[in-house]
Order: sequence, then C-alpha cells, then structure tokens
Amino acid sequence: MLPIALEKMTKIIGFIMHSSKEYVCVMDVHAPVSEDELRRVLGEFKGVIYQRPPLRSSVKRSVRRRAVHEIELLEYDGKLALMRVACDAGTYIRKLCWDIGLVLGVGAHMRELRRTKTGPFHESHGLVRLQELSEAVYRWKVEGKDDMLRKTVMPGEYIVCGMPLIVLRDTAVESIAHGAKLAAPGVSMVSERLRKGDRVAMLTLKGELVAIGKAVMSSYEIIEASKGIVVEPLRVVMETGLYPRAWKREGAGVDGP
Amino acid sequence: MSGLDVTRLGREFIESIGRLCGPGEKFLVKFEEPTDERYGWVPTMRPIDKYIQYGLVLLDKPPGPTSHEVVAWVKRILGVSKAGHGGTLEPP
Repeated sequence: MLPIALEKMTKIIGFIMHSSKEYVCVMDVHAPVSEDELRRVLGEFKGVIYQRPPLRSSVKRSVRRRAVHEIELLEYDGKLALMRVACDAGTYIRKLCWDIGLVLGVGAHMRELRRTKTGPFHESHGLVRLQELSEAVYRWKVEGKDDMLRKTVMPGEYIVCGMPLIVLRDTAVESIAHGAKLAAPGVSMVSERLRKGDRVAMLTLKGELVAIGKAVMSSYEIIEASKGIVVEPLRVVMETGLYPRAWKREGAGVDGP
Repeated sequence: MSGLDVTRLGREFIESIGRLCGPGEKFLVKFEEPTDERYGWVPTMRPIDKYIQYGLVLLDKPPGPTSHEVVAWVKRILGVSKAGHGGTLEPP
C-alpha cells in the first residue's frame, strides 16, 4: 500500500512518512525449527531493537533504535513463516528476518513483503490499483462521468486523521490561508485532547484542510482565551481567495463577507 | 443548498476524519456557528478539478517498480503536476 498525495496535499504527506507501519511478510527459514522455538524467538524481537541499515540503503549507515510493536506468526509450515509486523517507520524488515535467522541459529531471509498500514491508512480502507485509476480517468475524460474518479481518489483531508483538530470560523480562514498565525477569536471548535506544543490540523467548518500548525495553547486555554495567538503555522495547504478577507486593511476598514 | 445543510454536511465530514483511524474526535465548542455556503466546498463536493488537486490515492502498489516510479505513473494518469508518497524513504 502506498498513499499518494496529489498537488496541494503533497506538502503534508511527509507528516505521515515517519509514522508507524504495518507489514505482512513471508520469511524463509533455512533449516527446520519447531513452531514453539520460532514463536519464542519472535517474542525476543518485540520491543526496542537495534539495526544497522543495509549496504543498499539511502540513509546513513549507523546503528539505529527502532520499536517493534507487534510481531505475530500467522502461518508456519516448518519452512515458510507468514508474519504480521507492526513497527516504527524506518525499520528494515529484510534485516529483521535476517537477524531472526541468526538467533534461530539456522539462518533466514525475507521472501515477500507487503505494507498493510501507513500512518492512519490501512489496507482495509480500500486500495486502488493503477488499472482502476486509469479506467476512472478514462470514464471521466471520454464519457464525462466523474463517479468512478470520486471513488478512486479520496479527499486528502484524511491524511490528518490522528492529529488533534481545530475548526476555524469562516472569518479566520483566509488569513490562515495567507500564512497568518491563528488568534483565539477565530476558533469555532477544538479537539479536547489538544495540548500545547502539539501538531494540529486547522479545518474550515466545511471540513477543508487549511493548514497544519503547532499549538501554543491547550484546548481548555483556547476555550478560555478572548485574545492571543493559539496556533503558529507550519504548512499551508489551502489556496488563497476561496474565503472572504475579514481582516482590517489600512484605510479600508473591515472587508467582511 | 442552504448554509445550514452545508454546515451539517461539513460537520459530518469533520467527524469522518477522526473515525477513519480511531474512535473519533471529542470537541470543545468555542463559537457554534454556521458556515456560508458561498465560500469553499465540503471536500467530497468540490468540483472535480479541485477534488483531484486536494486528493489522495491509496494505491495498491505493484511489487517491482519503486515508489518513485509509481508516483510518476499516477501523475501522468491523473495529469497532475505534483504528487508525493507517504511510504518510507527507502525500500524496507
């Protein structure tokens, strides 16, 4: 599974690049070991592990700590082991299989790998094949029907699932789209769990993602505050010009809707 | 469609974001107010060109080609100028 963000959403896809991942892999064990022995060794790899990136990798080859949250044996026939692994981003599964082989004492290597989860997205949300995408575009361009395209492409807003949210009043939207800091009076709703310093997604009342920022107040402080900055922007997603300008311009007074 | 309908649909969409990957967001309300239907769109109702510009594809990546190559194909199929993937930076 590979989440691909288009145009405007490209700016924020990096935020989930470093989130936890889940894989299903097939490991080839080089000599027979019992299922009990394999389960015991897999258990040892749960928790924090140390890995040096392989020779062919695009990062600095120094030993790194990565957490393996779950490692579950799904099927085993004495030679091939089907496993589900949930781990931090940047964990090398190929390397993990190799190291499991070393501890088993017989050697092992990775045969196949499939990613089943990246950040908020799971396989079960419905994956799109390149073929389906191309058919949907054909139906839209040639037959003028965009129904399939609307099913194969989803609103990029879902990228922020898992982040605390702030919903903006219409009057605050345009200034945030221009890169301004968010002040307390611009807030309509806020996730209760928002704490100072959290990364937070700012949405319109319609649900459109305007920007991602860093909270400088907690949710309860935001509710109490009558003025003051509540969020500093990190990445602006929304184009300008969709919502009315509501801030004061010199000599022009308030330019409201 | 009235402003009240759009406000309701917007609220439903916002709630669907939190529920995609968890139990949903619990909100504290500061100013409960409707949104003006003249500006912007509920994301699912954007005109198709905007819908794609603010879109995301959960691709069933074929094994073999690199993520980078696959992104290039998606860009060409959809005719977009920019796209980026949320996988790992390197093959795992």
